Amino acid sequence: MFDGTQRRIVSLWFPRLASDRALRMHAQNGPFVLTLRQGSANRVHCLNEAAEARGLYRGMPFSDARAYCPDLSSLQADPQADRRFLGLLRRWATRWCPWVGIETPDGLVLDITGSSHIFGGEEVMIAALRARLCRAGLSVQIGTGDTRGAAWARAHHGEDAALEDLPVAALRLDPETVTSLQRMGLRSIGQLADSPRAPLARRFGAELLLRLDQALGRQAEQIGPEVDPPHYAVRMTLPEPIGLVSDVMAGTARLLERLCAKLKDHQAGARILCLSLRRVDRAASDVELRLARPMRDPARILPLFERGVAEVDAGFGIDQMRLEAVQVEPLPPEQVTHIGPRDPGRLDDLITRIGTRIGLENVQRFLPADSHIPERSFILVPAAYSRPERGWVAPRPRPLILFPPEPVVATGHEPPARFRWRGMSLTVGRATGPERIAPEWWLQDDNWRRGLRDYWRVETHQGRRLWMFHTPQNPGWFVQGEFA
Amino acid sequence: MLGVVNLAGASTQLPELTAYPPRRSRVHEASGPLAASFALWTAAQVGADLLWIREGWRSEQLNPLGFEGFDPSRLILIQTKDQTATLAVAEEALRDGAVPLVVLELTARIDLTAGRRLQLAARAGGTTGLCLIAEGMGSNAAETRWHCRPVFDPQDSTRQQWSLIKNKSGTIGAWHVRWDSKAHRVTVVSPARE
Repeated sequence: MFDGTQRRIVSLWFPRLASDRALRMHAQNGPFVLTLRQGSANRVHCLNEAAEARGLYRGMPFSDARAYCPDLSSLQADPQADRRFLGLLRRWATRWCPWVGIETPDGLVLDITGSSHIFGGEEVMIAALRARLCRAGLSVQIGTGDTRGAAWARAHHGEDAALEDLPVAALRLDPETVTSLQRMGLRSIGQLADSPRAPLARRFGAELLLRLDQALGRQAEQIGPEVDPPHYAVRMTLPEPIGLVSDVMAGTARLLERLCAKLKDHQAGARILCLSLRRVDRAASDVELRLARPMRDPARILPLFERGVAEVDAGFGIDQMRLEAVQVEPLPPEQVTHIGPRDPGRLDDLITRIGTRIGLENVQRFLPADSHIPERSFILVPAAYSRPERGWVAPRPRPLILFPPEPVVATGHEPPARFRWRGMSLTVGRATGPERIAPEWWLQDDNWRRGLRDYWRVETHQGRRLWMFHTPQNPGWFVQGEFA
Repeated sequence: MLGVVNLAGASTQLPELTAYPPRRSRVHEASGPLAASFALWTAAQVGADLLWIREGWRSEQLNPLGFEGFDPSRLILIQTKDQTATLAVAEEALRDGAVPLVVLELTARIDLTAGRRLQLAARAGGTTGLCLIAEGMGSNAAETRWHCRPVFDPQDSTRQQWSLIKNKSGTIGAWHVRWDSKAHRVTVVSPARE
């Protein structure tokens, strides 16, 4: 697998990653802890050196910590932001070598084989690494070794120690195994390596020996360098501020071209675009564009920005533009066919423009729904996030217009011969029915409180064709719709 | 322009439905209880996609299962918050020309300026606009104005009466019509069959 060169691995451990990150933003002296709500208690998540010196420790209840240390300052922990921060550190670490992996939850692993000489040798490189991280306010422990396991062990349990002298906990084992090994008298890695393997495997399973072999180099272990997710944002800084709409549009065109090329490389289309225009006086205004379809055609997207850009107040001029595809969807190339609408994009562009005016969710289309209840037999969904569907089946004629049921004074199971509705006196010429529709008992619906409905299609001599229903369980007559 | 269609067995020559389908590049008006049906039949006969703009607060709603002849998947419904937004969206859609027929439900009378703007937008886009209005709320800028109401007939329960009550470039009239699902068009029927 390997060509004889000695592998060198560096493991970085940030013992106080979360609190260091918080203190970078809110610098302060004195004891400081980050708290995290676990269950119903607020517990100490991460703490700085001063707090450790006062006897606080991780996982203790925050109220106890306050009692021990009245001048304690604290903030809420944000594990997601910590993970993002670790991702940033990983990206930064690729300046030292291309193979950088993440050791969850708070470490990095670098394969510096063949890259340390660029920085003047391993010692110099480690020193520079440490100096830079210290300057950034991060406490770090750095372990080096020929294997990933050895580097990890040194980073966590003594940077310069020989591997054999390190405790068994340095083998990345779970705490129960470590306790059992210590009870058996196997305290250091050297002792463990000298013990017979078969009883160990029987007692602890393959995991222990795998970790041991990985640390000693008998078993290979890979470092998975992570791929940076594509970053769909481009920016442009201008030597002179601009203010005319045409200039801003020209700048947007240039940005769009770069962004769309990137989208095309990744077979993606932008759904939401955000154009940030920063003015000379540092104020910034954003133009957001929500597209009806994922798109990556600069010629089509550019005109859609016109309305938003025209509304921006340029002030003393705009000197920086940034265009970001905030939401991106996969958009594989489609086969060109002669079937289908001639220009499908035109309607989407219109929907986008209307959407920027009144909100994209207000542009809707009907989709069929599987229900006998008249008002639930269709749904209205935003047109931008749906495709037209077929399958409109009306078992019986349905009215063209539906409205909330309007009561009518009448009695009996048959439609009345004459009745008044909306101030009109109507006489019935023909009534077709009944069609019984039962409420959907599995759904709570206040409109169907009156129970079963017997629907009639009532044609009046005056012309109006109404959809009326009678509720036999709770007698009453209502008009709910009108036929064409 | 649509020709005369005789029902089988009709002995008399039926009057021709003039000014229908509504002229392109113009804005028309329809009122009466079945103005919505007029819009849908027109869209079905022209075979066009349809943009329907209405104010979102209205409790009356279209039921796609009741569309006769028109495929609901070709309709795009736009819910606005007031009439100003309705007019703005309608103007944009008419001027764009992506959708050949734009229907807008109006809740208040529009003045001549607004009506004229719609006409100019329709002309620029080559599209047809159709305002659904309450009775007596017409605008002078409209090219034609129709009044549509259902008619009772002992045999036929889809019959409507369409009255052309304003026509800037022709005569007015009234017809009894129904939807012919085989020919996929509006046909004139004899009112004498009562």
